[in-house]
Amino acid sequence: MKPISKHLAKWLAVLPLAFSLNGSLHAETVARYGISMADIPLTTGQPDRGAGAYQFTGHTLYDPLIAWEANISDRPGKLVPGLATNWKVDPKDNKKWLFTLRKGVKFHDGSEFNADAVIWNLDKVLADKSPQFDAKQSAQVRPRIPSIASYRKVNDYAVEITTKEVDALFPYQLPWFLISSPAQWEKMGKDWSQVAMHPSGTGPFKLDKLVPRERADLVKNNDYWDKKRLAKTDRIVLVPIPDAMTRVNALLNGQVDLIETPPPDVVPQLKSAGFKLVQNVTPHVWPYHFSTLPGSPWTDIRVRKAANLAIDRDAVVKLMNGLATPAVGQMDVTSPWFGKPAFKIRYDLAAARALMAQAGYTKEHPLVAKVIIAQGGTGQMLSLPMNEFIQQSLAEINIQVSFEVVELENLYLHWRSGAAADMNAGKGITAINLGYVTADPFYGITRFVDSRYVAPNGVNWGGYNNPKVDALVDKIRTTFNTRTQDGLLSKVHEIMVDDALMLWVVHDVNPHALSPKVKEFVQAQHWFQDLTTLRM
Amino acid sequence: MLIYIFKRVLYAIPIALSVTVVSFILVYLAPGDPLNAIAPADAPAEVIQALKSAYGLDRPVPVQYGMWLLRAVQGDLGTSIASGRAVAGEVMSAVGNTLLLAGFAAFAGVLAGCILGALAGYHRGTWMDRAATVVSVIGVSIPHYWLGLVLTIVFSIWLGWFPAMGAGPDGSGAWLWDLAHLRYLVLPALTLSVIPMGIITRTVRALVADMLEQEFVVALRAKGLSGRAVFRHIAKNTAPTVLAVAGLQIGYLMGGSILVETVFAWPGTGYLLNTAIFQRDIPLLQGTLLVLCMFFVVLNLVVDILQPLIDPRMGRG
Repeated sequence: MKPISKHLAKWLAVLPLAFSLNGSLHAETVARYGISMADIPLTTGQPDRGAGAYQFTGHTLYDPLIAWEANISDRPGKLVPGLATNWKVDPKDNKKWLFTLRKGVKFHDGSEFNADAVIWNLDKVLADKSPQFDAKQSAQVRPRIPSIASYRKVNDYAVEITTKEVDALFPYQLPWFLISSPAQWEKMGKDWSQVAMHPSGTGPFKLDKLVPRERADLVKNNDYWDKKRLAKTDRIVLVPIPDAMTRVNALLNGQVDLIETPPPDVVPQLKSAGFKLVQNVTPHVWPYHFSTLPGSPWTDIRVRKAANLAIDRDAVVKLMNGLATPAVGQMDVTSPWFGKPAFKIRYDLAAARALMAQAGYTKEHPLVAKVIIAQGGTGQMLSLPMNEFIQQSLAEINIQVSFEVVELENLYLHWRSGAAADMNAGKGITAINLGYVTADPFYGITRFVDSRYVAPNGVNWGGYNNPKVDALVDKIRTTFNTRTQDGLLSKVHEIMVDDALMLWVVHDVNPHALSPKVKEFVQAQHWFQDLTTLRM
Repeated sequence: MLIYIFKRVLYAIPIALSVTVVSFILVYLAPGDPLNAIAPADAPAEVIQALKSAYGLDRPVPVQYGMWLLRAVQGDLGTSIASGRAVAGEVMSAVGNTLLLAGFAAFAGVLAGCILGALAGYHRGTWMDRAATVVSVIGVSIPHYWLGLVLTIVFSIWLGWFPAMGAGPDGSGAWLWDLAHLRYLVLPALTLSVIPMGIITRTVRALVADMLEQEFVVALRAKGLSGRAVFRHIAKNTAPTVLAVAGLQIGYLMGGSILVETVFAWPGTGYLLNTAIFQRDIPLLQGTLLVLCMFFVVLNLVVDILQPLIDPRMGRG
């Protein structure tokens, strides 16, 4: 029999190992994320700063009624149940939608999610006389849920929403509408600026700390209702770093673990230093949107097609150091709405020149056009170098393009005003270069071709008017079978391409650079990214 | 002397008022729509109109200016369109951070500039003079954005001595005097210090060289005063000019550090201005400009008051 001291010595020897194991088991995993924004997006419920901001303070802290599947990378996502387990249109009145709400869901503050909370949130952004109405949140989401006419509580776990017109695409609007806690708003003295510092949603993360302009700490919500989407990292620190080079430096220095949108020229350096570059098909296209109004040089379809054939898109991708994919239409070829256009967009200078000759343009008599472009900014990729590339390419086929260069904010004004507006037509501007988000049927397709959306009623900038397309859009709005709807959308997209409505150049790929510490990050084919997939 | 100070304060009032008009009007002359900062790009007209009304942007510009000025004198600079936070709070927090950065940069720059300038002035025509001249030319002409990136690559990425960006390890503020926080200050302050260093080196060199040829210095030397005593006289005579130049430099550093603060993501006034400009955040832009301009006005006032205290001949003028 061994003396007791020997037994004790054995256990004592194991103790440090046991403590270290215990420590590592409970060590908090932290991912520091350098984001390209100048400030943390709004934390009150509806994030500002565009679609990309939903991954930071939108779908992390909050949930929508209908969610977008953002945790898969090998195919486009689809609509999935969020806080509503089910939704269906009333067969007798197709304007009415019934939402069955998820039971047993609690906000971060412990209050219960139910129909009253949904109605309260709809009032928050749509009823400007309600005490909880917030102009800022309203401004973010109202343009994204334009179909809602009215709403009512059916019972504690059912809500009915009525649309202005029959709109089968309505469910696509709802991932933008996020539900915040009425109880927390009351607790914070009915003051949204207080709620911003202490928000409460039902999402997979809670806000632990917010230092405006400097950082936001999101911590894992262990009680999240969707156990399949429990966060894989305990804490995500969002660090706003708007300058692209500073973001890269912070990554190289180890101050952050991943960054979004590294500049193309540092890609080789990042790769050689062992950083991983992640990118995927992204619903975003970089086009020239033509004016088809009388007097525009682009009214001739041969010219529009020739322009599309004159661009070596592989060279543009090379210019971007691989951070883009060639565009052969408004949507990526993998999209369920791409269809089979007859006009094959490719690089064919001979065909382009032949079309221009048919249209009556020669070296001595070139087509002259002015395009308004942004000097840079979110979604514009490498605006100036890419535009210069396009300019040179079009010159090859006798199209002389000159630029009106403005800041992005100013470009939006020109965009909303439409090609016919004095600020455009009056200055001889006949095309606009603006990166378009193409995340859903409305954003990607119908808003650009529906003649009822000619500016200033919408962003059919060029005044495209095609009765056949209008009829198809009407049919899409009244078709509730998803497969049939996808087929109709494909037909509209085919017409867009066959009509060469725009000069499509490349799609963005939403690149992220990751340090070797990041074990997993599933990049969805969307601007909505699911940060619960991030594993350290 | 009191009358002189009183007069200087009186002169500052119309300057300050002009500054408010200019800082208010200038941002209106820039193209773009401030509401793009908060509304999605395709927001319909009614949403834009509702926001304009909410922020008072639908009123005539003179009315907006009057209301803004009235609130500003009470310390209320309005609400940031982009963040929804009080502009006064945003600006004061940024001013604090920039003061710290500018203070360190100015101290380092003025100290280095005075030493280099004095050495060059005393040793005209020697290698020391030429070296100081080269350093000062580099200081005033080097692109600071580029210098910041180079310093970051060398000291942050290659050597790993200092952080590449930010003002502190956990967003807890720049005014903490521990090593963890001071490390964040080194690279931006060093980058920023080359501006005052270059200018002050050139100023001091010229002053010292000129002074050494003055008859009173020759007389002092002829009387057998020690080198140290002669230097004291030279220093006293050059001080008012150096003070005026240094004062201006600190003012420039407060507002002129946009690029340096952007490179290092230092949450100061330059960074804030950059953000406000890009987001067309008019209240934030106006508030930041106003505070910076007022800082300039006050700084000039302080320098004007200090100069005659150092050199009483100026007060008599």
